[in-house]
Amino acid sequence: MKRRDALRFGCAALVGGGLAGRLFAAPTSGPRFLLVFLRGGYDAVNLLVPYSSSFYYESRPNIAIARPDASSNTGALTLNADWALAPAVRDTIGAMYLEREVAFVPFAGTDDLSRSHFETQDSIELGQPAGGVRNYRSGFLGRLSETLLGTSASAAPISFTDALPLAFQGSATVPNLSLKNVGKSAFDERQAGILRQMYADHHLEPAVRDGLDLRQEVTQKMAEEMAASSRSAINTKGFELEAERMGRLMHDKYRLGFIDVGGWDTHVGEGSAQGNLAGNLAGLGRGLQVFSQTLGAEWSNTVVVVLSEFGRTFRENGNRGTDHGHGSVYWVLGGAINGGVVAGEQLPLSRTTLFQDRDLPVLNDYRAVLGGLFGRLWGLSPEQAARVFPEAPPRDLKLV
Amino acid sequence: MNPLRQARVKRVAAALCALGALLAGCAGTGGGPKAPASAAALPVFQRTDTLWLERVSFGIDSESVAELHHLGRQRYLERQLEAPDAPLPAPVAQELAALEVAHADPVRWLAEVGAEYKSINAMPDGTAKVEARKALNEHGNKLANEAIRSELLRAIYSPSQLQEEMVWFWLNHFSVHQRKATLRWLVADYADRAIRRHALGHFKDLVLATLEHPAMLEYLDNNRNAAGHVNENYARELMELHTLGVGAGYTQQDVQQLARVLTGSGVVNAGNPPRLKAEWQALYRRDGAFEFNPARHDFGTKTLLGHTIQGRGFAEVDEAVSLIVREPACARFISLKIATYFVADTPPRALVERMALTFSRTDGDIAAVLREMFLAPEFNAALGGKFKDPMRFVISAVRFAYDGRTITNTRPLVNWLNGLGEAPFGRTTPDGYPLTEASWASSGQMSRRFEIARAIGSGNAALFDAEDGGAAAATGFPQLSNRLYFEAAEPFLAAHTRDALAHASSQQEWNTFLLASPDFNYE
Repeated sequence: MKRRDALRFGCAALVGGGLAGRLFAAPTSGPRFLLVFLRGGYDAVNLLVPYSSSFYYESRPNIAIARPDASSNTGALTLNADWALAPAVRDTIGAMYLEREVAFVPFAGTDDLSRSHFETQDSIELGQPAGGVRNYRSGFLGRLSETLLGTSASAAPISFTDALPLAFQGSATVPNLSLKNVGKSAFDERQAGILRQMYADHHLEPAVRDGLDLRQEVTQKMAEEMAASSRSAINTKGFELEAERMGRLMHDKYRLGFIDVGGWDTHVGEGSAQGNLAGNLAGLGRGLQVFSQTLGAEWSNTVVVVLSEFGRTFRENGNRGTDHGHGSVYWVLGGAINGGVVAGEQLPLSRTTLFQDRDLPVLNDYRAVLGGLFGRLWGLSPEQAARVFPEAPPRDLKLV
Repeated sequence: MNPLRQARVKRVAAALCALGALLAGCAGTGGGPKAPASAAALPVFQRTDTLWLERVSFGIDSESVAELHHLGRQRYLERQLEAPDAPLPAPVAQELAALEVAHADPVRWLAEVGAEYKSINAMPDGTAKVEARKALNEHGNKLANEAIRSELLRAIYSPSQLQEEMVWFWLNHFSVHQRKATLRWLVADYADRAIRRHALGHFKDLVLATLEHPAMLEYLDNNRNAAGHVNENYARELMELHTLGVGAGYTQQDVQQLARVLTGSGVVNAGNPPRLKAEWQALYRRDGAFEFNPARHDFGTKTLLGHTIQGRGFAEVDEAVSLIVREPACARFISLKIATYFVADTPPRALVERMALTFSRTDGDIAAVLREMFLAPEFNAALGGKFKDPMRFVISAVRFAYDGRTITNTRPLVNWLNGLGEAPFGRTTPDGYPLTEASWASSGQMSRRFEIARAIGSGNAALFDAEDGGAAAATGFPQLSNRLYFEAAEPFLAAHTRDALAHASSQQEWNTFLLASPDFNYE
């Protein structure tokens, strides 16, 4: 893909019309933002490898990623004097890093110490101050979406998931559609027309119309996709395929997206340069690259953040895997970001700097970091930023 | 039925049969829709009767319509309130009796799971350990899936429909998530013994039953709440989500005091009673998998909601819960929530106020509160305006489409509920699922709902396959244009829905449009 194709889809959507529903009233300018949630707690230090730490190699006799070798162009990619990037994403995320389209924020995470997947996922998605009364109907993307309604940018939100995630709770109406296994649309044009007509004077009419349109549009894009792939014999699958579809939808209409990707809970047989985790990372890397390519010129107007609920134990366990830990590494991607850096507060990694003698500490609170990033991206006032992340003074890492 | 309406029904029936070969159903049921003659013999059934029944049950079927005809609203309601636990239809009863969770034994299961975890942790790393962990997980998954299957089958087929609605409502109100700790081994028992048993009883008994169930104690961490190591999680949610509601006037101080009252209430530890000092032995308490351990209890004096509670053991819990549920805020909070589920997203204030008074006057008699609500003029006036949440949509569609015919495979229902975002025992946060339209009628959810309507309407949903994915019985599609439809639905359809049905090109499509219509999705 196929920058030309992407542009063509953009034109088709403009000319095609018929998608003038409330939810599709996308602004013609303003940034796009996609949050990629890696559910399961991905093993961050086997992605962003602290290769200057001999303690890393002592802690992971079987699963450490080997130090970069300047003479090899397939091993880990040196990013700076301390960090290297896993070989699994060398050709995708690594290449983008060299183009300054990727930054990493290590030692990132939350103050949630439960080490429970769902409790930490919930607390991240809610994004509310610790210790207070929690409002389970208010996620930070929901608050962001509502906040942007008051700005000129105004978001057109979408969740690429089966069910609306907690992160989007509290926003008026956010459409959701998983692009994983989209079958043929259940309804042809005639049937969809009849269904729409049934709700003609009903207050759900916009939702019904948008839902049917979105579904048909995705079906149509898939038909184009199949035609394209049979020509170029590209066989995309898994996250790559979802990412390409996301790219098309975000190119044309949506400006605030969410997707989650599972399979990161590597307690057993995690692998190192190759294996389970490497396979997942490679798929994620290819997907994000495809996403950037699908957006074409609009990639410069887009920011992606990849995060996960926690990092994993710094030491490998007895099953050549890792267990639930604390600090993680977040990714920031975009065509026009100040990338090619490993940003935020950092520490040399040794036994004494581990959190509770087992995990990466959290030095960069995710609410402060995302708040800082959102502030720059949309030019939010301090009051607006505080609506999204209350009681978390934004921390501007100047990545966008 | 008035003559005009009858004539219209005949026209519709004739038009349907005129669809010809596609309409296998007209021939298959011996002459197609036979509404006019038989329905005319029955008393007039009003639109509000259908809608009333839709809400007092998980959706109309022939049997409930006949019963309402026969009894009228008041007697129908009394039968539902006064005689819960009506026997299930024989095939469903057999189905449920064959499940492992029919013999749920939390004490034994928790002991087994605990021992199994211990032995797995002691195993050397390797394939055997991985396999053992996998087997344990699979057993937990099986039990949780059986719990879900039981709830769905009861929701569809129990003649005690109102009781089952309240079971769902309370399971959601006292929400637990199956993925935490050992809850997969516990949720079936939680639904049966903590919730179903008290669903139409007194609210205080319900609170205490959930408080003494290991599912709740594990889910909200009270099994870790001990003197000197206070965990406030459950104490907070007990007041905020279960009884008083946020903003009811209690303070962080009250939360801390209640947490102290709750210290020592936990889950039995692998069958071994703790060794206790002599003066504590009489205070030790055990009921099933629930344990009150005085050695973990804070015996100091507490002040809760302005009352002094003398430290003396588990009796403090009963005293504290009594105090809380007698607060006027509790009566209002629970009444408002029930009315939001059954009456309207914003229920009439006067009705909620009367329900709250009934709640207070009867010491939290749930049946009395429901009686006040279902027979109120405000309830009648609000009929037709409540959007079905995913559970009500899915269950009512199966009840309507298959009308008493027992489905064998509940997995498609589980998938639909997951897809619509209302998985049973699947709410991760303790607040339960929202009860208002805004959370269920997004564009993505509407198109998903239509696809489910199509799956049911076209008979492609594999509902009659074996649960384990075995061979399907020959089924075909359901006949929604049946007597039930002509009696209780057709006369009241909106014009746009009639138009849509008139444009259907097959029975399957007609079924799909009906289940997708606003008429079917609101009650």
